[in-house]
Amino acid sequence: MGNIQARFYQNFIQDDRWMYMRDGLLITLEVTLFATLIGILVGFIVAIIRSTHDRTGKLKILNALCQVYLTVIRGTPVVVQLLITYFVIFGSVNVSKVLVAVLAFGVNSGAYVAEICRAGIMSIDIGQMEAGRSIGFSYTQTMWYIILPQAFKNVLPALGNEFIVLLKETSISGYIALQDLTKGGDIIRSRTYDAFMPLIGVACVYLVLVLGFTKLVSLLERRLNQSER
Amino acid sequence: MNDNVLIRAEGVRKSFSGKEVLKGIDLEIRRGEVVVIIGPSGSGKSTFLRCLNLLEVPTGGRIYFHDVDITEKKVDIDLHRQKMGMVFQHFNLFPHMDILKNMTIGPEKLLKKSPEAAEKYAMNLLERVGLADRAHAYPSQLSGGQKQRIAIVRALCMQPEVMLFDEPTSALDPEMVGEVLQVMRDLARERMTMAVVTHEMGFAKEVADRVVFLDEGILMEQNHPEAFFANPQNERLKSFLGKVL
Repeated sequence: MGNIQARFYQNFIQDDRWMYMRDGLLITLEVTLFATLIGILVGFIVAIIRSTHDRTGKLKILNALCQVYLTVIRGTPVVVQLLITYFVIFGSVNVSKVLVAVLAFGVNSGAYVAEICRAGIMSIDIGQMEAGRSIGFSYTQTMWYIILPQAFKNVLPALGNEFIVLLKETSISGYIALQDLTKGGDIIRSRTYDAFMPLIGVACVYLVLVLGFTKLVSLLERRLNQSER
Repeated sequence: MNDNVLIRAEGVRKSFSGKEVLKGIDLEIRRGEVVVIIGPSGSGKSTFLRCLNLLEVPTGGRIYFHDVDITEKKVDIDLHRQKMGMVFQHFNLFPHMDILKNMTIGPEKLLKKSPEAAEKYAMNLLERVGLADRAHAYPSQLSGGQKQRIAIVRALCMQPEVMLFDEPTSALDPEMVGEVLQVMRDLARERMTMAVVTHEMGFAKEVADRVVFLDEGILMEQNHPEAFFANPQNERLKSFLGKVL
């Protein structure tokens, strides 16, 4: 046991090595948060376009563009997308790696959020749209006041899940030498030549985060359901 | 044109993927009149009713509301729909809003009523259908008959000039049909203009000013209820009445 204690000390306490993980964690959270915001924004817009097309047959060109976007993003690995964003799209300009990661993960997540939201919108009975329109609401007003609030409630668990997936996916940020949580653990490993402690430590931090967010989502879900009982 | 005519359908046609369900229907609905539309299932009666407020866009013909051809592209149909209340077979209440909100959201957002004024108007209507105590319940907490009565007063909150009923009692348990028909009867007594698609022959006999028989997308016969039921002319109507009466 003394051995474990010594290794813990060496990996995390000595030379304040825990700060690599703390700084990495902040980067991870920063990237996840802003990428989620972009993902929700992009996904929401794409979902509206796609479901409007599905239901009314309008917006043909926009729908086709959205389909290309979905196909490309969902058909290629996120690591490759991250590398392309960094080395190709922003290859010749000096731009913050955090920004690159936020954009790459946000655009990637948007594609998945879009399909989640579209499924949510399409799951609302067509009678709700008809009832809204028959009162005199426009298509947009009916969407806003009647369809989307119900759709949001239905997709909240899936959106929460997408957020968690995204949080874990950011662990590949090291590919563009962004010092996120995983990379922080890596740095410690390269200093101490100990693989066990830093990697298990990193895994634990991810696990705690995921458990925390899962709890948060289920609380929010329950709150929303209460309004209907 | 007679200015008592509120809605005039002229040669209304509707096809769904090549199949023609309405084959040119002419019908006038006058102010204060209760027109009941009957016919076998698949006759196109619901489709025709839904054409009147353009929930279904006719593939041919015209619909005039107040002498305005609402099938014209440049017409703002949303404005006209505010004046045409509609009640559906499956109620279509908004499950994420309580009863009062279901009723006030239209008047608040579209008629720009103050929340107080909209609520006062809605509570008045709830009082009349005996559901004032359910104002803050959610639709999932109501019975079918209660839901449909709410759906009717929700439409009334917009102070429409005509009410369209699309089989309002068909999804109800038998013991709840009566309470919904009673509300409709009261409405008719107040001279609300109504177009009702229904299978309730008793209601048609008692309340209608005119009964219309639709079959295979064609308006086969229309008449005052007494003559319509006592002395039907059309062969298909005779056989239909033979089956349902």
